[in-house]
Amino acid sequence: MAGYDFILAGAALTALPSGALHWPEQATLVVSDLHLGKAERIARRGGTLLPPYETTETLNRLEADIEAVAAGCVLCLGDSFDDLEAAGGLPQDEADRLARLMAGHHWIWVEGNHDPGPTELGGTHLARVRLGPLSFRHIAQPGASAEVSGHYHPKARIAAGGRRIAARCFLLDAARLILPAYGAYTGGLHCDDPALSGLMGADARAVLLGDPPRPIPMPGAQSRPVSFRESR
Amino acid sequence: MSGLPAPFAGWFASRGWQVHPHQREMLARAEAPASLLIAPTGGGKTLAGFLPSLVDLAHGRHRGLHTLYISPLKALAADIRRNLTRPIAEMDLPIRVEDRTGDTPQSRRRRQRADPPHILLTTPESLALLISYEDAPRIFSGMKRVVLDEVHALAESKRGDQLMLALSRLQTLAPGLRRTGLSATVEDPEAIARFIADHPARCDIVRADPGPAPDIAMLETAEPPPWAGGGGRYAVEAVLDQVRRHRTTLIFHNTRAQAEIFFHALWLANTEGLPIGIHHGSLSLEARRKVEAAMVASELRAIVCTGSLDLGIDWGDVDLVIQVGAPKTVKRLVQRIGRSNHRYNAPSKALLVPANRFEVVECRAALDAVRENDLDGAPRGPGPRDVLCQHMMICAAAGPFDAGTLYAEFRRAGPYAALTRPAFDECLEFCATGGYALRAYDRWQRLMQDADGRWRLRDPRRARDIRMNIGTIIDQDTLKVRLRNRRGGAPLGEVEEAFAASLTPGDSFLIGGQVVRYEGLREMVVEVTRQVGREPKVAVFMGVKLATSTQLSERVLRLLDQPDWPALPAHTADWLRRQREISRLPAPGRLLVESFPREGRAHTCVYGFAGRNAQQTLGLLLTRRMEEAGLAPLGFVATDYATLIWALEPLENPAQLFSRAGMAAALEGWLASNAVMKRTFRASATIAGLIERNLPGGRKSGRQATFSSDILYDTLVKYDPGHLMLKITREEAMRGLVDFGRIEEMLDRVAGRIDHVRARHVTPLAAPLLLEVGRVPISGAAEARLVEAEAQRLMREAGLA
Repeated sequence: MAGYDFILAGAALTALPSGALHWPEQATLVVSDLHLGKAERIARRGGTLLPPYETTETLNRLEADIEAVAAGCVLCLGDSFDDLEAAGGLPQDEADRLARLMAGHHWIWVEGNHDPGPTELGGTHLARVRLGPLSFRHIAQPGASAEVSGHYHPKARIAAGGRRIAARCFLLDAARLILPAYGAYTGGLHCDDPALSGLMGADARAVLLGDPPRPIPMPGAQSRPVSFRESR
Repeated sequence: MSGLPAPFAGWFASRGWQVHPHQREMLARAEAPASLLIAPTGGGKTLAGFLPSLVDLAHGRHRGLHTLYISPLKALAADIRRNLTRPIAEMDLPIRVEDRTGDTPQSRRRRQRADPPHILLTTPESLALLISYEDAPRIFSGMKRVVLDEVHALAESKRGDQLMLALSRLQTLAPGLRRTGLSATVEDPEAIARFIADHPARCDIVRADPGPAPDIAMLETAEPPPWAGGGGRYAVEAVLDQVRRHRTTLIFHNTRAQAEIFFHALWLANTEGLPIGIHHGSLSLEARRKVEAAMVASELRAIVCTGSLDLGIDWGDVDLVIQVGAPKTVKRLVQRIGRSNHRYNAPSKALLVPANRFEVVECRAALDAVRENDLDGAPRGPGPRDVLCQHMMICAAAGPFDAGTLYAEFRRAGPYAALTRPAFDECLEFCATGGYALRAYDRWQRLMQDADGRWRLRDPRRARDIRMNIGTIIDQDTLKVRLRNRRGGAPLGEVEEAFAASLTPGDSFLIGGQVVRYEGLREMVVEVTRQVGREPKVAVFMGVKLATSTQLSERVLRLLDQPDWPALPAHTADWLRRQREISRLPAPGRLLVESFPREGRAHTCVYGFAGRNAQQTLGLLLTRRMEEAGLAPLGFVATDYATLIWALEPLENPAQLFSRAGMAAALEGWLASNAVMKRTFRASATIAGLIERNLPGGRKSGRQATFSSDILYDTLVKYDPGHLMLKITREEAMRGLVDFGRIEEMLDRVAGRIDHVRARHVTPLAAPLLLEVGRVPISGAAEARLVEAEAQRLMREAGLA
C-alpha cells in the first residue's frame, strides 16, 4: 500500500489510499466522517431501508488500516456516527466488533455536527485535539493554520484520456488539511464548491484517493491556473 | 345509419361522415369485458373507443366517474379533451370531460377527487397517484369503462406494466369495469390483448381495414452514402428538395444528437428560408410546445424530430415522412410511416435515407419487410418486479391490504399473470423490511402486520413520500441550458450532467439547432451565449440506442446470402462483390469471423448480427476471454451487425473463444463489476423505492449528504449477493442493455458453424468499422496510467511539481 507523503507545519504525514491519514512519528491514524449507523438512522427516521452493511464495511476498512500501519492511537475526526442514537443503537455484533478494534489502542472521538457529544463506547471524547504542532477539529476554521479537519467530504474530478474520473480526495495547502469521508455510505462535495474553494489557498492541491493516491492542483482553487495558462 | 342512437346518427350525417365498420363493431361489443382495436392512424380510432361511453352517458343518468381514458402523453390527454368537447357540445350531451395530468393545477385536482367528471383523461402516473389515495374506492367504484390509447407503446415499457397493475386495482374497486385498448399496427396483436386482458378473462381483437399500402422507397441521392457514421448529412440537399415538393415533411432521426446535427446542416443549406423546426425530448417543454403549435397551425414545412413525435397529436397536413438512418425495427418504421397522411383512404408516403453503406442493405431489407407486412418485435417476458414493489407501496398508501388478496389481484394483470407466490412474497418482504438476509430489522419496518394479518404502513405519514416517488421513468441527471443574462427566460433545453462537466468555457455545442458557447455553470444551470458559424462540439444525449430487431437482422443476412444484388444500388452491390472476392459474406446459420493485421495490431471482426447492445456485450466478453488466453486485446467497437476487436496477438482458434460455457463464465465475472449493471441498478432501485428520487428543490442543499447508488450496488454484491434488487437488476440488464439473450440466440443459430477467414489486410465489410465512433478501450491498467500521466502534467503546468 503506497501513500502520498507530505509535510504540514513540520509534521511528516502520509495520505493513505483508503482516505485515512497516517502520522508515523506519533504512531497515529486519523480518519474522518465514518458515519457509522447511517442506514439505521435513515430507516429509523422513516426513510428508505438501505442495505444495513455499511458499518461492517467501514469497520473492515478501518481494521485493515490500523493493522497496516500498526497504529497506537486512532483519532476519529467527527461525524463518526450518523447521530448519537445510532452510536447507542449499533447491533450487538457491530458494537462488539468496534470494542475489539478499540481495545489496545488510544482511541479519540472528536465531536462532529452529527455526533455532538460523548457516547457510551469508551475512548476519549473531545471537542478538539492538539497533537504536536497540529490541531484537529471536525470543521475547518477560516484563518486557522496547522489544522486538520474533515466534515466537507471533498471530492474532485479529473479528465484523462477522454474519460472523466471522480474521486474522493484530501485537500491540502500550506495552512490546512481536509480529510475525505472514510465511511462506506458517504457522498462528496466537489472541491470547486465555494464552501471549499473559499477555505483553501491558491496553492492548494487535491490528493485523489487510489493506490497510490495522486496529487493534482485543486480544481476551483482561487486564482489557479487560468492566469498561469494565460501567461504562458 | 343503423345501430347508432339518434343524436349520434344525426351528428355523423350532419358532418357527412360514414361510421367506420370498426367503430360500429366496437359499439356492438360495448359489453365485452375487454376489446382491443387495431387500426391505422386516421381511422377514427379514438372516437371508436369513446362511442360506447358517449352513448351510455347520453341519457344523463350516470353520476360520478364513468370512463377513464389513459394515454402515454400529457399533450394527448389535452388534445383529446378538445376533440371530445366538440361532438359533445354539438350534440348537446350532458357529459363533463376533464383532463388530469402533472400539469393540472392542484386546486382543480383536489376538486376532481371530490367531484369527478364523467370522463377523465389522464396518464399512467396520474392514475397511480389517484389509486394511492384513501378515497380511491369512492372515486372509482361507480366507474364503467376504461380506454387505453396508444397501448402498443405502453405495452413496451414499465409504464404499461404499472398501468396494468393499476387496472387490476380498479377492477377490484369496480368489478364491472370494461376495458378498451386502442393500438397502432403491431406484429403480435394477441400479445397486446393478453397484456390488457383482465386475467383469466380474454380480450377480443377488432381489426380495422389497414388502408392502402404505403408508398415507400429509398431516397435517391447524387452521392452514395458514406462508409460509416449515422447522421445522414450527405443527403441534406436531397432531403431539402423533398421538403420543397411537399406540404409538410416529418424528418425522423434515431438519436437526438443526430437530429441536432442534421437540423443544423439543413438550416445552413436552407437558403430560401423554408420554415423548418426541430423537436426532441431534450428540448425544453416551451420549445417543444412552440413547434407543436406551429405545426398544428400549418406554419412549418418540415420538422426534424426523434421518437418524441412517434406518438401524439394527429397532424392532417403531413404528406411525407423521411426516416434518416436505418429504422432498426420494421414495426417502428411502419408506425412512423403512418404519421403521414391521416386521411384514411390515401396511402402514406415515406422515404428512407440510409446513413451509411451498410444501412443501404438494412433499409432494403426493411422495405421488403414493409411490403410483405412482416412486422417484427420481441416478446417482452414477464412484468418486472421493481414495478411490482412500487405498486405494492402505492396499495399500502391507500390502505391496509391482505397479502393473499393482493397477490390474486396482481395476477389479474397481463404482465403478472404468471407471478408465483414466492416471487410475490419476496417483493412483500422487500417492501416491509428491505429484505436483507444478514440482518433482521424488526425495530424499523416500512410495513407492519396488524393483529388480523393485514399489512399497513408503519408510519402513515410516509404515504406522502410514496406518492412523491411514483413513476417508472427514471430521468438521467440533466442540467438546464440557459442563455447568460436571461435568467428569467425559457431554458433552451437540457444536457446530461456528465456532458456539462466535460465542458470548459469556450467549448461550443448544438442545442435546439443553435450553436452555443459554454460560459460556465451557475447554480446547476449551464450558461451559454450564442455563437454563430463555428463548428460545434456536439451535445451527448443519452437514451437507449435501439438495436436492430432479430427479424430484420435475419432479413439482412438472407439478403447478403444471394448470388447477386440487383435490388441494391450499384455502389453497394460492388462493395459486397469485393467482400466475396477477398473474404466471404456472412450467411444465415453460420458465424463469419475475420482476422487481419493492420497497423501492427491483430484485428478480429465477428459478424454476429445480434444487434448493437448484444454486439457490445459480445465485445466485452470476447476481450475478457482473449485477455485470459494471453492475446492482449486493446479495445473494440460494435455496431448492430459486427464487433471489431484489436489485440497484440492474433486469434488462432475462434471456436474455443465461442464455447458456450466459457462465454457464460465470462459473463458472470464481468457482470458483477460493470457500469451497465450499476446504471440498471440505479433505475430499478429507484422504481422499487430503495432510492428516493432527487426531487426538485432538494438538490442544492448538502450534496455531500447524498451518495452514489453505485456504493449501494457494490455493498449488496459484497454482503448480500442473493438480494432481490440484484436479481431484478440482473433480469433487467439481461433483457435490456446487456442483451445476453441475443448472444445465446446467435450461438444457438450458429451451433459451432464458424467460418474463420484470415485476410492479408482489412476486408471491405470490416473497413467501415474502423471508422465507427464509440471505441471501447478495455484495460483497467491503461486507465491508471492515463490518470497518472494527466496528474503529472497538471502538477507541472501549475508549477506544483
